[in-house]
Amino acid sequence: MAIEIKMPALSPTMEEGSLAKWLVKEGDAVKSGDIMAEIETDKATMEFEAVDEGTIAKILVPEGTDGVKVGAVIAMLAEEGEDAASVSAPAAAASDAPAAKEEPAAPAASESPTPHKVETGARKMYDAASHDAETPDPEVPEGTEMVKMTVREALRDAMAEEMRADARVFVMGEEVAQYQGAYKVTQGLLEEFGDKRVVDTPITEYGFAGLGTGAAMGGLRPIVEFMTFNFAMQAIDHVINSAAKTNYMSGGQMRCPMVFRGPNGAASRVAAQHSQNYGPWYASVPGLIVIAPYDAQDCKGLLKAAIRSEDPVVFLENELMYGRTFEVPKIDDFVLPIGKARIMKPGKDVTLVSYSIGVGIALEAAEKLAGEGIDAEVLDLRTLRPLDKQSVLKSLAKTNRMVVVEEGWPTCSIASEIAAICMEEGFDDLDAPVLRVTNEDVPMPYAANLEKLMLIDSDKVVKAAKRVCYKD
Amino acid sequence: MAKAPARQRKAEPPKSNRERPDEPKRFEASKEQLLQFYKDMLLIRRFEEKAGQLYGLGLIGGFCHLYIGQEAVAVGLQSALSDKDSVITGYRDHGHMLLCGIPPKDVMAELTGRAAGISKGKGGSMHMFSVDHKFYGGHGIVGAQVPLGTGLAFAHKYNDDGGVCLAYFGDGAANQGQVYEAFNMAELWKLPVVFVIENNQYAMGTSVNRSSAEDQLYRRGESFRIPGIQVDGMDVLAARGAAEEALAWVRAGKGPIILEMKTYRYRGHSMSDPAKYRSRDEVQAVRDKSDPIEHAKRELEGAGVTEDEIKKIEQEIRREVNEAADFAEQTPEPEASELYTDVLVGTY
Repeated sequence: MAIEIKMPALSPTMEEGSLAKWLVKEGDAVKSGDIMAEIETDKATMEFEAVDEGTIAKILVPEGTDGVKVGAVIAMLAEEGEDAASVSAPAAAASDAPAAKEEPAAPAASESPTPHKVETGARKMYDAASHDAETPDPEVPEGTEMVKMTVREALRDAMAEEMRADARVFVMGEEVAQYQGAYKVTQGLLEEFGDKRVVDTPITEYGFAGLGTGAAMGGLRPIVEFMTFNFAMQAIDHVINSAAKTNYMSGGQMRCPMVFRGPNGAASRVAAQHSQNYGPWYASVPGLIVIAPYDAQDCKGLLKAAIRSEDPVVFLENELMYGRTFEVPKIDDFVLPIGKARIMKPGKDVTLVSYSIGVGIALEAAEKLAGEGIDAEVLDLRTLRPLDKQSVLKSLAKTNRMVVVEEGWPTCSIASEIAAICMEEGFDDLDAPVLRVTNEDVPMPYAANLEKLMLIDSDKVVKAAKRVCYKD
Repeated sequence: MAKAPARQRKAEPPKSNRERPDEPKRFEASKEQLLQFYKDMLLIRRFEEKAGQLYGLGLIGGFCHLYIGQEAVAVGLQSALSDKDSVITGYRDHGHMLLCGIPPKDVMAELTGRAAGISKGKGGSMHMFSVDHKFYGGHGIVGAQVPLGTGLAFAHKYNDDGGVCLAYFGDGAANQGQVYEAFNMAELWKLPVVFVIENNQYAMGTSVNRSSAEDQLYRRGESFRIPGIQVDGMDVLAARGAAEEALAWVRAGKGPIILEMKTYRYRGHSMSDPAKYRSRDEVQAVRDKSDPIEHAKRELEGAGVTEDEIKKIEQEIRREVNEAADFAEQTPEPEASELYTDVLVGTY
């Protein structure tokens, strides 16, 4: 019985990929471990190995095809003793190509297992993170042409533009150069700027964070990439003790103009040591600027501002967001102001305050609330330090109700800070207590069902919003 | 457990065929140079004694680490620098700053926490900087200055400005992991940095032998292919000679080098350290036999400098230090509004 070879999922959030290259052709014998194809995801190009033995009977998806859905049958394998020529494609195979919407009807016989689409908390966040702002950013002039771009491309373009403009700017970190970035954020920079300005480091976070800080003290403008902010724990001494405090300790003579950037927050199914949000940690430190943007526009405009800043900036990206596409204004040298929140959706009944990936969840919740007659305003903080208190208080004065949505722990969080600000400076505007919708107060579990329970989702936000509106 | 039989020792340890720096020669100083070294060492000694005194009077607070006994190290090394070069060190930093040309009163006023201090009174003893004098701190976290200094060297190379970074750290910091992360990158990228280990024998109260598996600290770069030289840090001319050799190595593009300066601090680790971990006799013996300033004084006498000339120098330095102390005592504290300045450079 012929075996169906299906498009594999190469990462927990992968939904489709490109079949970059076939390394076998029809009639070739394969055994387990042979590399059959190269498959490209938005992160990387991966080799796809054979598991079963047999002869390639049919290649159903030609190389160079983009948008091949995970689980689509891409080839048929004739088993030993089977006549390869007699193998036919499954009925729906022809429609497996990208245009097809339907999954092929499962043929009865010997079938390689279809990759599971596990419902995880991270996937729910990832799905919610497709929401665009519903109102234009006043920072973008009316009538500006918009172009579609992924968060990853926006970050890369921001770095490339600033590197073109200022020879002091360089980027260093693990796998930033030859590998093109562990998450492909620095893709193409080595080719354009060379290895003097795109520097691969050893796995030595404490060392290169210190080295980068020293280079900033020496007059350069380093962008230090952490593969993830989880690894920056090894380096947090230099971020805080060396970079953040130097200007103050030197009476304003010695500056540390640099950016520490990389993915932050929960990714998918990577469990406790690789899933945490350091926003509140860094945001508690005077001397640092902390930025945690949501969409591609803010990633671009704020990373450029961060690179130009005379102060050390912690720039918190989100791995789940890298592949998300948003509209970015087509403006030469698009720079956004640091420290300004942005209304993503205006509303009058309740304010949902969030940042980073939480904004997508807040927008999704606002959509659901609209269906129940509640008009929510969504405010994206964008910068966590300095925090745009005025925008928070202004929105509170308008809606008189507030829910903070934060993909992070509840204790000593940005949400706690917002609640305190509302108590201290917006008490008279409050018609209900400020509520926090945050992750659960436990380390991140691995199991899919537990991860889902751990993370925020829009239903939790809807529930809290209804509570503060006294409509639950 | 049975003792393993002693391994037969080979006559000669295997020699590496890597290029190594030459054994440094003791510097042949002119009379003028020798006089300058003497003055610089004496300035540090008197300055530190005065700082200790002001500490005792409650005018200096917090931690205050004195450099007394170690003067020959910084004087010998920094006398060989050019104005392109940068200096960074840990918290025992007063002497290095004075040698960078920072006026004693600016340093002393920082120690007393005054607005006129080099850091406007916000840094204190351990956190002082002067970009104008290419002195990059003054760092309070043990070992942090090693990657930071490597970063300064990275900037020298990036800017192709011909500068070298002199990065000092102690025998205690030599056991910090980040030091080796920095060593690795410094050699990997052939950065212009001289790593100076000021081995004053005690990391706070723990002697080198009690804390270091390899107590010959100049060898600590071996696994990174960084050559090291052990130097008599109580002899200013030996220090200067070693600096010449090290700077020649680094300036030739051969990458970093380590100088282990064997030295000794007479005082406690900080002002609050009673130094019970060593005997008074041990300290006295070093003072009597190896004091760098007495040593230089004898050299001066040998070079024909008269007792009177030396006395005049001593008086001049005492006057300068007293003036710095008076200034530091009288100049005002920072305005309360300074609490909120210099946190960030930009306004957001």
